Amino acid sequence: MSEFSVIGRRLPKVNSWAHLTGQARYADDLFLPRMLYGRLLRSTRPHARIRRVDTSRALAHPGVVAVVTGADMPEKMGIMPSTQDETALAVDRVRYVGEPVAAVAAFDEDTAFDALSLIQIDYEDLEPIFTIEEALEREDVKIHDEAKRANVFKEVHLSFGDLEGGFGAADHLRDDWFFFERNTHAPIESHSAVASYGPDDKLTLWTATQVPHYLHRELEKVLGLPRSRIRVIATPNGGAFGGKSDPFGHEFAAALLSMRTRRPVKITLDREEVFYAHRGRHPVKMRIRTGVKKDGEITAVHYQSWLDGGAYASYGIATTYYTGALLTVTYRIPAYKFDGVRVYTNKPPCGPKRGHGTTQPRYGFECQIDKIAEDLDLDPLEYRKKILQPANSRTVNDLRITSMGLGECLDALQRSTRYSERRGQLGTGKGIGLAGSAYISGAGLPIYWNEMPHSGAEIRIDRGGGVTVMCGTSEIGQGSDNMLASVAAEALGVMPADVHVVSGDTSLAPVDLGSYSSRVTFMAGNAVRDAAMKLRALLVAAAAEKLEVPAERLLTAYGRIYDRDDPAKFITFADAAVLAESKHGTLVAAGSYKPPKGIGGSFKGAGVGPTPAYSYQAAVAEVTVDMDTGMVTVDKVTTAHDCGRALNPANVEGQVEGSAYMGYGEIIGEEQVFRGGLHKKPSLLDYKIPTSLDTPVLEAIVVESVDAEGPFGAKEAGEGPLNPVIPAIANAVYDAIGVRFDETPITAEKILTALGKRDRRGERKTRIGPDGLDAGKADPKRALRRLTASTDARERKRPVS
Amino acid sequence: MTKQLLTLRVNGEPRTIAADTHHTLLEVLREELGLTGTKHGCELGECGACTVLVDGVPILACLTLPTLVGDSEVTTVEGLASAEDLHPLQVAFAEEGAAQCGYCTPGMLMTAKALLDTTARPTRAASLRAQGPLPLPLRKAGGTNATGAQLP
Repeated sequence: MSEFSVIGRRLPKVNSWAHLTGQARYADDLFLPRMLYGRLLRSTRPHARIRRVDTSRALAHPGVVAVVTGADMPEKMGIMPSTQDETALAVDRVRYVGEPVAAVAAFDEDTAFDALSLIQIDYEDLEPIFTIEEALEREDVKIHDEAKRANVFKEVHLSFGDLEGGFGAADHLRDDWFFFERNTHAPIESHSAVASYGPDDKLTLWTATQVPHYLHRELEKVLGLPRSRIRVIATPNGGAFGGKSDPFGHEFAAALLSMRTRRPVKITLDREEVFYAHRGRHPVKMRIRTGVKKDGEITAVHYQSWLDGGAYASYGIATTYYTGALLTVTYRIPAYKFDGVRVYTNKPPCGPKRGHGTTQPRYGFECQIDKIAEDLDLDPLEYRKKILQPANSRTVNDLRITSMGLGECLDALQRSTRYSERRGQLGTGKGIGLAGSAYISGAGLPIYWNEMPHSGAEIRIDRGGGVTVMCGTSEIGQGSDNMLASVAAEALGVMPADVHVVSGDTSLAPVDLGSYSSRVTFMAGNAVRDAAMKLRALLVAAAAEKLEVPAERLLTAYGRIYDRDDPAKFITFADAAVLAESKHGTLVAAGSYKPPKGIGGSFKGAGVGPTPAYSYQAAVAEVTVDMDTGMVTVDKVTTAHDCGRALNPANVEGQVEGSAYMGYGEIIGEEQVFRGGLHKKPSLLDYKIPTSLDTPVLEAIVVESVDAEGPFGAKEAGEGPLNPVIPAIANAVYDAIGVRFDETPITAEKILTALGKRDRRGERKTRIGPDGLDAGKADPKRALRRLTASTDARERKRPVS
Repeated sequence: MTKQLLTLRVNGEPRTIAADTHHTLLEVLREELGLTGTKHGCELGECGACTVLVDGVPILACLTLPTLVGDSEVTTVEGLASAEDLHPLQVAFAEEGAAQCGYCTPGMLMTAKALLDTTARPTRAASLRAQGPLPLPLRKAGGTNATGAQLP
């Protein structure tokens, strides 16, 4: 029998009833009295100076109440305090098609929409930059004047261990280029915000955001309104995936329009706008050099990445570091060098998408590990098991590893799929592929430097035994409300359905930093557990006195506090609450969580990568390739995921399957691509996210390593499981047709090209992917020289020309 | 803008409203009748989030003008449960953990109801075909569970 009454059970989520009856209130479901409707005017130019904005005709349009422009909110803002380079609405320059420039509030949405066409903007076009290569070289065109070198946003170089010695000791060297295409989150709920500024000079903003606390800070800065007068309420997000974790122009515009009109204002983006809002997966070009001994032991890895960041910073500084930070946590790497460059281009800004910055290098690295296994004639599964980074260790880049279940994940996959026996044996057109991965359970540092908790929670017990949990987490569908209720319920001995949850409200709940970097279960879970254990102690002491049983013999479960040795001896939770309140006063307790010190290094850049616990996962994909049409059918994806402990197994499986689904979409066809700054497919018809009919059979295997520091042993489950699916499918396609796909996505067109069916000479290729910068079009040797020049410049301490 | 008087039968109740002639059934349900359980994801018939039943047949409310519905019975997610009991599908979805962010769930529920009302024991394939046009069930996950929840 389980030691738990709540944890580990497949109980319905506490908020599922609202979802299933249509009662859940998402931001666009809010209709307030006297509410106005806003729309944003967006730039039609990829790069232009704004000479003049004339809003007079729009303002005169019947039904229009207010118009605001960038000049009304010129304060710079952005999610990362050190790289704030955006304004809520463009002030004097636009840097991508779709950038918001002005906003209108009107009696209804149609009128607001009509009024947009009456705003006249006088643009002076500037030369746009669309590629990484142009951005690196064009000193004459600056997307941001502040960039020191051409259009480089951030350049990082980190080196650990003896790299040259490592490569020197290697028996075999692999040097591979990869490209990961840009793609976007495509949450089905578009972004929406409702602002209400009252006669008390207080602003309330209901918004579909993952980061109510960070938004709270930015609203203060941009609106010049003290934070004490602002309340942000994160409404349930209808999917987010990282796409709602920046402060967005429409949120500020709705707030300012409400302040100007003293009426509630709602702005909801349409689907096309969501594609331009983006902040999705960065396109990354990568070069990975790995040295190995004859038996496969890695001696050194040199990883280089070039990220196309789009027009603004977003999380880019973190993304850049993340491309290099986590490659070391899965397999033993004694020497490691990382060079990363993120550039600006005139496209919508890229940001964090599920797996934030780790997805692209993990794809490249796991494809390369597959190649190394083949070169050395090793079984890819056994090979990975042989080189695992051990539990309770430190990586070469000084990351603390605690629980580590990748080996168990690989074993579980072998049992479930018989990968090792089936690889290479399925016949032409059929293949099986494998990859491993890891992810963080929350970033070790907050995005702005402070010593305060990362997550706080408050619990109140009322006189009827009702429990209310308050925590600033944002429910984005990952199940955070249910996690809060479950952890509190387990600790106190009630059922989750008895717990009221107040989340995502900056006035009612203590700060939680937000639903990003898979931090909520670990950090908010620990904060809630902390608060609950304080109250539990009071209740148990009161019960011990009443029952005349030593407190350490008392257990709490199912609404009772009972004697372990004689369960018939109990008092109810509600009675214990009355006794405890009589003795101690109002039953309220606060708890908090901050990651421990010493989980990462102290070098510059060491802030990205550390986490209190890494999740581990691996996936096996089975594919069928139609040799005539080039269509790839993914028949099945099996993912094994080490989540520490599954607080609710059904919910963990849902997250693992959802991740597999999303990874499948990314490798099989999703691409956020542009032509002259215009999105080629800004609709769900053209940007093909998989439907039910496309989706493979998905199987999730939960592996529990029971982390010593996680709440009841839990780690993350929402992001990591995406990572291995992409390289597993690429490796399966190789097994099926003998072609390496060193770039995403794997489309039918590329397959036919590889099979020699689209080229007049009919030559088969063994690899599709880049050979260097310039997507392989340029002389690869020249690209390599340029690459060396760009990334080694700093270390050679030569002035960069 | 011209408004027209419309009488619709929604979830068993006659409802009379004045709506802009170009407004869709989706807009009328959400904005005039306050039935915000029906969601929008694209308003172009691409995602299926707005699926409601018209005389038991699933239709995309974002592509339907309310005048075309006439006297037919419109059922939204708010009409799925009775006063006493949840619909078995709602119970099954909850027990299987089929709803994650829940945003697409009303569209899936209505599609599933139409399927089960016409097919007593649908196969997994039939269930997937019914949800076929919907990319939404799986984006947040729970899709596999949602498919399972539709099967007897």
